[in-house]
Amino acid sequence: MTPLLETRGVWQRFGGLVANSDVSISVGRGEIVGLIGPNGAGKSTLFNLIAGVLPPTQGSIWFDGEDVTSMPAAERCQRGVGRTFQVVKSFETMTVIDNVIVGALVRNTVMREARRKAHEVLEFTGLAARANVLASDLVPAEKRRLEVARALATEPKLLLLDEVLTGLTPTEAQTGVALVRKVRDAGITVLMVEHVMEIVMPLVDRAIVLDLGKVLVEGKPTEIVRDPKVISAYLGDRHAVGA
Amino acid sequence: MDKDFATRRRRDLIIAAVLTALAALAPLFIKDVYVQNILILTLMYAALSQSWNILSGYCGQISLGHALYFGIGAYTTELLFTKFGVLPWFGMLAGGAVAAAIAMGLGYPFFRLRGHYFVIATIVIAEIGLLLFQNWEWAGAAMGITIPVRGDSWLKFQFMRSKLPYFYFALVLCSLAWFVTWWLEDSKWGFWWRAVKDNPEAAESLGVVVFNSKMGAAAVSAFLVAIGGAFYAQFLAYIDPESVMGFQFSLLMALPAVLGGIGTLWGPVLGAAILIPMTELTRSYIGGSGRGVDLIVYGTLIVLISLALPQGLVSLFSRAKRKGATR
Repeated sequence: MTPLLETRGVWQRFGGLVANSDVSISVGRGEIVGLIGPNGAGKSTLFNLIAGVLPPTQGSIWFDGEDVTSMPAAERCQRGVGRTFQVVKSFETMTVIDNVIVGALVRNTVMREARRKAHEVLEFTGLAARANVLASDLVPAEKRRLEVARALATEPKLLLLDEVLTGLTPTEAQTGVALVRKVRDAGITVLMVEHVMEIVMPLVDRAIVLDLGKVLVEGKPTEIVRDPKVISAYLGDRHAVGA
Repeated sequence: MDKDFATRRRRDLIIAAVLTALAALAPLFIKDVYVQNILILTLMYAALSQSWNILSGYCGQISLGHALYFGIGAYTTELLFTKFGVLPWFGMLAGGAVAAAIAMGLGYPFFRLRGHYFVIATIVIAEIGLLLFQNWEWAGAAMGITIPVRGDSWLKFQFMRSKLPYFYFALVLCSLAWFVTWWLEDSKWGFWWRAVKDNPEAAESLGVVVFNSKMGAAAVSAFLVAIGGAFYAQFLAYIDPESVMGFQFSLLMALPAVLGGIGTLWGPVLGAAILIPMTELTRSYIGGSGRGVDLIVYGTLIVLISLALPQGLVSLFSRAKRKGATR
């Protein structure tokens, strides 16, 4: 079976800066894949290329057997790509339920169905009690959760999570981890960007490490954490010598 | 929760029906022509502001050039009537269609602009429209068009003896604009527009085609405003560029919505009900030559509102409700 998502030799240049060079990764159906790497490794750029915020300078992106390289974000969403934003982008003047309805309208054109779907997603993500609160009144952890809820309402095949667990308290992060597992159990493939390794590693099936815009290594989390290349990328060469 | 929501929408609809019925009875008690005149203008501006609110309030694309669509409605109707004998009823719809088409044509380049740059573009375009009409000989140029009035006729939508037919038309238009807003508010378009206003990038990631949303809002908004323009032209029985396309119309569409509550269902009506009578009264009592006094009055009002109640007067109601609510 073809992978759900594939990037083939993707390059992204911003002027003289090469953010991604020749990145080829693939994500299989039903997997939770972590995209990790130190700051400035090109994770967010790759993430945005996959979500369709901008087209790559070179290379192609395939989703569900289709070339989506030049497809705008809204259309990718219709195809089944859902995403969250690292810096949360809630619809601040709208209530929580209305935020989620916007997402639900992609696949439900009748308002009543969209509303029902939105309630369902709020139950699923544990936000039901906050349905009628304005998004601007949510605490940061709830806003992250709302990002996920909104994306889930679009009924994605692939959910792209951009640092949803970063900056949370340990308890909040644990609830977040549980939610990601629940999402995968619902049959949705997850690709998550994180730079805090200890949170992601127990969660993901496979990790892809980016460094300086290139794929450094990929594999099972247990192998990755011991890989000298990864340790040197994160901590510098000196620390890798003894490994 | 769903029940709350449905109840609130039904309540809005009932309030609107009651208000419309009360307004319809008003002429039984108000015989004074001057007061009737104020009522007509209030209803008209309520309708215009409500229409403006669709693009600028819900979708967040602030336009200060809606006078253009108002003028286009007026001119299309009167040119068709005086040059080709087309009845104003058809002219009105044609005017709406032309305005909607122009709004989309202009939206194509200008919806790429954001924030202040978009606002500036709308002002400039409306001024260009005004200049074009001032110099367009066939359309009467700066002299304008006088509409031949030959007695009362519903067919030609012109009345000499009484202002009441205009009153009822304005009431219907106002109710229509309100109802369209009410209906759109709980539709895919309504949700898309609010999402676009709050955060276009997030909206796009949720499958909202931002550009098309703006185009849709512009078309609906311009169509309704042009109907208002056609009405105003019939009401005055004389038009020239300044009297149907002047900048003051753009302001008088925006201000009631801002005063009452921008992007809300009731804001424009509430704002118009306060602002327009006030404008008319100050204009007539403080002196005919004192042009601009009314501007000072509502300028002050807007400053006060934006300082004390940035969400407009309707927020007074929701605030009271929130206090009264149990949770």
